[in-house]
Order: sequence, then structure tokens, then C-alpha cells
Amino acid sequence: MTPHAGTASVSLRDVSVTFGHHRVVRDVSLDLVRNRVTALVGPSGCGKTTILRTVNRLHDDTGGKVTGKVMVGDLDIYARDTRAELVRSRVGMVFQRPNPFPTMSIFDNVVAGLRLNGVRSKSVLREAAESALHHAALWDLVKDRLHSPAVKLSGGQQQRLCIARALAVEPEVLLMDEPCSSLDPIATAKIEELIAHLATDVTIGLVTHNMFQATRVSHYTAFFLLGEDRATGELVEYGPTQQIFDAPLDPRTRAYVSGEVG
Amino acid sequence: MSSTVYAIDPDAAGAIGARRDLVRESARRSLVRRRLLGRAAIVLCVVAVAVSLAPLVALVTYTTSRGIHALSWTFLTHIPTPPGIPGGGVSNAIVGTVIIVGVAVAMAVPVGIMAALFLVERTGRIASALRFAADVLTGVPSIAVGAFAVAVFVDPFDHYSGLVGSFALATLMLPIVIRANEAAMRSVPRDLWEAGLALGVRRSRVVRSVVLRGALPGLVTGNLLAVSRAVGETAPLLFTIFGSGFLVANPTQPMQALPLTIFTDGTSAQPSSQLIAWGSAFVLLVLVLVLSVVARVVSARLNRQAR
Repeated sequence: MTPHAGTASVSLRDVSVTFGHHRVVRDVSLDLVRNRVTALVGPSGCGKTTILRTVNRLHDDTGGKVTGKVMVGDLDIYARDTRAELVRSRVGMVFQRPNPFPTMSIFDNVVAGLRLNGVRSKSVLREAAESALHHAALWDLVKDRLHSPAVKLSGGQQQRLCIARALAVEPEVLLMDEPCSSLDPIATAKIEELIAHLATDVTIGLVTHNMFQATRVSHYTAFFLLGEDRATGELVEYGPTQQIFDAPLDPRTRAYVSGEVG
Repeated sequence: MSSTVYAIDPDAAGAIGARRDLVRESARRSLVRRRLLGRAAIVLCVVAVAVSLAPLVALVTYTTSRGIHALSWTFLTHIPTPPGIPGGGVSNAIVGTVIIVGVAVAMAVPVGIMAALFLVERTGRIASALRFAADVLTGVPSIAVGAFAVAVFVDPFDHYSGLVGSFALATLMLPIVIRANEAAMRSVPRDLWEAGLALGVRRSRVVRSVVLRGALPGLVTGNLLAVSRAVGETAPLLFTIFGSGFLVANPTQPMQALPLTIFTDGTSAQPSSQLIAWGSAFVLLVLVLVLSVVARVVSARLNRQAR
């Protein structure tokens, strides 16, 4: 299950997530390979997003109970003395719907994570914002109106702003939960272009419903499906994207990626 | 797809990670301070909760300890005896409160629901004027509302009655009811309105089957809370219902109500009267408590049904 041993930036071992009495997803062992894009695909409700969110410890606040082991680099993120805040400053997150802080300007949005992490220096903030906006392919568009409200941007631009906001903290890992699901095809194409560019410096975990998107941007693909009990999601197959789509080992994967079901 | 605007200039962008150590270091350094601040904030929140709960707990325990001695079957089912004669109860005040508040609810709630519906449906000048009026009315002192009711209904006819008290209470409840119902109706997603309308359903029908049904839990809570506010109001009743030592079920006649009993007996020097006042206060407290609990239970049950 480990394509390139030793190059994993994030590794999950036997991870299960339970909400109350409902086990949403179970026994997932999966690596996000360093500076590569790993797509998490599968039908709705099979635990892709739930698994993605474990890497940012987002279940701390939703009442989900995470068991198993999640490592980011050499940091065991669910160890007793690991602070969620420090995990999150290493692991960025981009959500389904663009969610820039509505009361903040473009600039303030980008540097929000830095400021809240105690970075005060104006020059550092300025440089970091410029760099992050360059990486999000927004700089030329917004450089003359950095202090106008973020919500005046279009949906696709807002999503790129959210990517810039996540990048400004300089994470090693960027988690993206269906980042294009509320965007039109043109805006989607730009985000995909961005993902390809970012993967040179950052490890990306991408949840997507779009099979074509997975084939276009990801190096590795993990396919999830509900298990036999029809209630708990499982990882069916994980490997290089080309293999998953061209020569899957599991018949369920073949049926799904070929469009026969789902 | 590679228009110039979206091309990324790698030199200008620099590698992600150039400032990584700096950010990490800053995060680590500020974490101690942030955690201390977080702890301090939690302590402050706990203190704030305690401070806001303390008067409530003190009030309930004190009223209970003073009032529970007055309580007996006779206290709940008999009318008062003349001053100085032992025994007697406040059944006239309990019945009066229930009838006066009941009539007030019958006046305020239908108007309140329809006004709220108007506010939700319309965005024009009249709607914003109405909303503003409701907000202003919320701030009117209850004694002014009582005086107003006297000026309009008591003085011209020279006749006090439970009905005038109900009118004063309804005036007081109306703005609360309107705003609570408006909030409840607004919580029904716009999508559902449109889904109903898109089926070719008449507007009035959509309102009944989708909006009012969806808002029902909120409507119940909002209105019952307004009722529990009204049950305890004293000032609007002080000048309007006159009071009565007999069991009166006809709201066109002067009536007794629990807040009035508390006011008159509580300000009396007689220890027996004061005991009656404490007993009445306790009964009123229980009444309000029961209403609040009913509001919660009903809305919780409705919420569960909706799912």
C-alpha cells in the first residue's frame, strides 16, 4: 500500500472515525506522498472528506472520535502532547465553498493565519502575502486593490484567495475538499492548473467527485466505497492514478472509474 | 487556458517554504501566550456564567423557601378570606391570571404571526416601518402601556375589567411575538419557498404547508416565551383589572391576578398577607417554569418530527 516508502509526507495507519455510535469510515491506511497530489475519490458518504479532515484534526471540534495513527512528517498528530494548533500550522485546508473572512480585506485574509500565529513584522507579512498571492495566481489581479473587501471577488477568485490564505502559513501539506465543486469549468481549470503548480513545493490531498479531475491533476488515487454493512466507508484501492484508472485490481474500482456505477 | 493573467511567475513567487521556519518559530513562541489567553478567557466565561446564574438561583431558592409554607390545597382552591381571618387562598388570582393571559394570547398571537409573515414576505417601506415600530414598542415601559390602556378603555366607560388588562398585556406581547415569529419564519430556507412555488402551488398554500410548518418549532418556542413574559407582568394590570376578592371567570368584569395579589399583599404590613404574597410568587414562578419547559419539550418534539 506504500508506493514510495520513506517519501510519505502524511501517513495514516488503521484510521477510523466514529461519530456517536456510527462508525463513518474504518481502518484506512494511506500515504500522501511528498510533493505529489493524492486524489481521494468515491461516491458520496463513504468517508473521503472525513478522512481528509483527520489530517488537520478538524474532528476535534465536530465530536468525531479518531482512532489509529496519523503522522505528518515525524509528528504524531494525535499524540497526547501534540497541540492541534501546531498541527494546523503545518497542514493547510481549503474547503468546498470559498470561505474568505467576509469582514476582512484581501490582504488581511491572506495574512490572517500569520497574524494569528503571532507574526507581526509588516515587511514579513507583506512579502508573505505577495508570494502567496503569486502562488495562487491572484497577484496581478489584486495587487492594486489589496485593501478592498475579499467578498467583492468572484467565486473562483475567492477560492484562489482561500488557497493563498492557506499557503501564507507555508504548510507542508495542503488539504483540498472538493475545492471546485461550486465553481464553473473555467474557474475549475485555473484551480487545477494551480494544484499542478503547487505540488512542486507542497503535498496535496484532494477530495473530488470528478473522475476527470482526478486523472488530470493527481499522481496517486485512493478509491473509497461503503463496506458490506452499507454504513461504514472503506479504502478499496490505492495506487498510482494511472494504475487505478487503467488497470485497477479490484472489480469494484473498475466498475466505478469506468462509469458503470456511481 | 494559460492566459497571461494567470501565469505564475516563479521568481516573484519564490518557493513555498522560504519563510517556513520563521512562521513555525513564531507560532511556537506565541502558542504559550495564546494558550494562557485562552485559559484566561475560559475562566472569564465561567465567571460570567456564574454571575448570571447566581441571581436566578438565589431568587428561586429564596422565593421557594418563603413561599412553600403558604402552599396547601386550600391555598390553590379557595378564595381569600377577609383580612385577619386565617385560611383562604388565591384561586381567584390563579383563575384570573390564566383567563387574562389566555385572552391576551388570543389577541396578540394571530396578529403577531400575520405581521411576522408580512415582514418576511415584504421588503418595502411599510415593512421596515412596521419592524421599526415593533422595535420601539419593545422598549416602551410596561407601566406606560398600562396607562395607555386605562386612557383608552377604562376612563371613557368608567369600568375596569380583565379584558382591559388582557389588552394591555397583548400590546406588550405583540412586538416580542412579531420579532420571535419573524426570526422563526426566516429560518425556513428560501429554497423551500421556491421549491413550493415552482410546483405551481399557490402562495398562501406554500405559506401554510411549507413556511408555517417549517417554522413551527420556532413559533411555539417564541410565542410561549412571550406568554411566560406576560404572565409575570404587573404594571399593565395594576390600573386596569381593579382586583376582586371573588372567583370571577367573566373577563368583562374586574378580576384578580397573581401579580396583583403579590403587589397588594406584599406591600401590606400583615404577616399573613405577606405569606400569601410569597405563596403567590411561588405559584407564579412555577407557572412560568412550566411554560418554559413546555415550550422546550414541544419544540424539541416538533424538531424531531421534522427530521
